[in-house]
Amino acid sequence: MSTIEVNGKAVELDEEGYLVNLSEWNEDIGKILATQDEIELTDGHWEVITFLRDYYDEYQIAPAVRVLTKAIGKKLGKEKGNSKYLYQLFPYGPAKQACRFAGLPKPTGCV
Amino acid sequence: MEDEEVIKKFLYLNRKAPYGSIYALESLEVVLIGAAFDQNVSLAFIDDGVYQLKKDQSTDGIGMKNFSSTYRALGDYDVNKIYVDKDSMDERGLTIDDLMNLTYEDEDDDYAEKPSISILTSEKISALMEEQDVILSF
Repeated sequence: MSTIEVNGKAVELDEEGYLVNLSEWNEDIGKILATQDEIELTDGHWEVITFLRDYYDEYQIAPAVRVLTKAIGKKLGKEKGNSKYLYQLFPYGPAKQACRFAGLPKPTGCV
Repeated sequence: MEDEEVIKKFLYLNRKAPYGSIYALESLEVVLIGAAFDQNVSLAFIDDGVYQLKKDQSTDGIGMKNFSSTYRALGDYDVNKIYVDKDSMDERGLTIDDLMNLTYEDEDDDYAEKPSISILTSEKISALMEEQDVILSF
């Protein structure tokens, strides 16, 4: 368990760096979590993060990477719905790492 | 070593009400995790297990997470063979209209949206169980 400070407020993370209280998330927290992995979030990153948050809202789970890739392709176009593009954005794994920035739990099925 | 892919028939058998025990949620999570292994997966819901698919669930009164919307993601995970026991439905006064409308997109049919749930007689459920390689009961 660790804590990061965002805009003067302490935010708790679990041992793998995911938010403990999902409801605390905001974009500034997302940016700071990305900085920990030395990533500066671009519009491309935010598209995926927003998609994941919407998916979680609707289905109460973070999708597995295979499901994410397919769904992104459907929603944002084929040039984005492929591993190469998504791994460029999130080198530690598009589902695993993007979910962390999005303030969601580690995807179900991610070991 | 030959790298031969073996596809087995897996049936997840769900017999318990969605809340009050951890079985339903655990089963759902195992199904989602197992979906990564490209096996031939079916789900069967019998006895109180049929309540897991009931639509308009609310957990406000019991302080548990309402995970029922996650069943609607099963189609995304290519889990689209969902069987419900007719006798169990009849005994509880339920019809297919009381269940969530679970669907999947059929890749072989221009991504047409199709229903995932079928209601089967107990005889058909038994036959389904006969043909499985693995049955996981929750």
